[in-house]
Amino acid sequence: MSAATPLLEMRQVNTHYGAVHALKDVNLAIYPGEMVCLLGGNASGKSTTLKTLLGMVKPTTGQVVLDGEVVNDRSTAYRVERGVTMVPENRRLFQRLTVRENLQLGAYLRNDNDGIASDMEWVFELFPRVKERLSQKSGTLSGGEQQMVAIGRALMSRPKVLLMDEPSMGLAPALVKQNFDLIEQIHEAGLTIFMVEQNANMALSIADRGWVLQTGRVVLDDTAENLLQHPDLRASYLGEA
Amino acid sequence: MVYGVLGFINFAHGEVFMMGAMTGMITSNKLADAGLWDSNFIGSLALVMFGSILVSMFLAVVMERLAYRPLRGAPRLIPLITSIGVSFFIQNMSIVLFGPASKSYPRRPDWLRDKHTFLEIEGARIMVIVAAAVSMIALWYLVERTKVGKAMRAVAEDSEIAALMGIDVNKTIVKVFAVGGAFAGMAGILWGVLFGSVIHNTGFLPGIKAFSAAVVGGIGNLGGAMVGGLFIGIAESVGPLLVLEPLGVSGVSQLRDAVAFAMLIAVLLLRPSGIFGERLRAEDRT
Repeated sequence: MSAATPLLEMRQVNTHYGAVHALKDVNLAIYPGEMVCLLGGNASGKSTTLKTLLGMVKPTTGQVVLDGEVVNDRSTAYRVERGVTMVPENRRLFQRLTVRENLQLGAYLRNDNDGIASDMEWVFELFPRVKERLSQKSGTLSGGEQQMVAIGRALMSRPKVLLMDEPSMGLAPALVKQNFDLIEQIHEAGLTIFMVEQNANMALSIADRGWVLQTGRVVLDDTAENLLQHPDLRASYLGEA
Repeated sequence: MVYGVLGFINFAHGEVFMMGAMTGMITSNKLADAGLWDSNFIGSLALVMFGSILVSMFLAVVMERLAYRPLRGAPRLIPLITSIGVSFFIQNMSIVLFGPASKSYPRRPDWLRDKHTFLEIEGARIMVIVAAAVSMIALWYLVERTKVGKAMRAVAEDSEIAALMGIDVNKTIVKVFAVGGAFAGMAGILWGVLFGSVIHNTGFLPGIKAFSAAVVGGIGNLGGAMVGGLFIGIAESVGPLLVLEPLGVSGVSQLRDAVAFAMLIAVLLLRPSGIFGERLRAEDRT
């Protein structure tokens, strides 16, 4: 795997919010076809990592590399165009807009109408329920359906790598499992996925590799299998003393 | 519309309207001097509208850039207060530029002053109604049916996620101000042609009334604002005669503004989200 060039990379990244040192010398590399996860508790820097990758926050030092290109000074729009996008925490659909409009906005930067239409068909194939709800306002959908639309909206930009911010957050327990099934499904459809999660058990059960972030520093970097067995992680995140 | 996108009421919008009317006053008088206003009224009117739409658009965009963009992210009250300041600034600028006296538009042609149709409506009023209807349809089409409109609505609801979709939030907001300014400019011309004069505080009352219409209809909701506008318009013209006169109140037709704002207060008390105000349920997820 390491022979290939990473799709998305952080090299020695430090990010500050004013005086707060949110990320400390973070190194991450995500390779094509992988499903990887970033674990960590509250305020460990997980969201900052995503924001830094997407250009919503600028790193103080270090590099963000997308598909071989340093994108530190590039806008979010540029990065989305180059193949990275995110399914935000709590889905954050445009609730007053219809499901169709939400999906169309996902393809906002694209002008290839045929490609957009066929990608929309692909989303319907993945999530047939979405097709039934097309002209409904997305705010009227159930949580599970909203999650499908949120993933569908992200897929509409035809990303190479999909970032997911706390996909299980705010979902009923029964839906969490269903949600991880969805993620596996789109991973099998060929997408590279970088997931940020608090639900370490669930995330590691479907991921290849993972990192553990603690107060802005990567403290563990290993395969999912090893992480699941790691005593520190079992103690702090899997609820075993 | 600006409220919908930015989350604050732009009280200076009425002043953009006034400046549109002022620009129209200048251009239409120039055209009248040249004799074109009488000989080719439609053509002159189109030219006058075009000019004042450009000026109003420009003014609205400059206002956004200088007064509101630096305040993006500040609490809502701050830009709101700023907009009142901008409003005073533009009024006083108008006094400096055009003087404090009321300026007149050239006389409109006879066929616009004559009463037409069996309802005995003045031609100019018919023109205003038609223009208002056409611009409402155009605005609705822009917001609901075009990609730019979709981006505007997306920014209105969640600008952070809109940016994640690749929408340029700043550019979209500028477009909102430009469109708002253009329509204010056009409305200014219609006002000028209908009432024949304009003064530095012409924009104040229409601005406040437009705000009331938006509140009555349900704020941040285009259809609601239109219905709210009609509602207030009808209430203030029919209300005094129909309700107050039988009650023995004298001089009722001077109370139309009071009626309009009584409506505003009533709506705020009884139905704070407006006639069509939709309050999104935060939790209807299973």
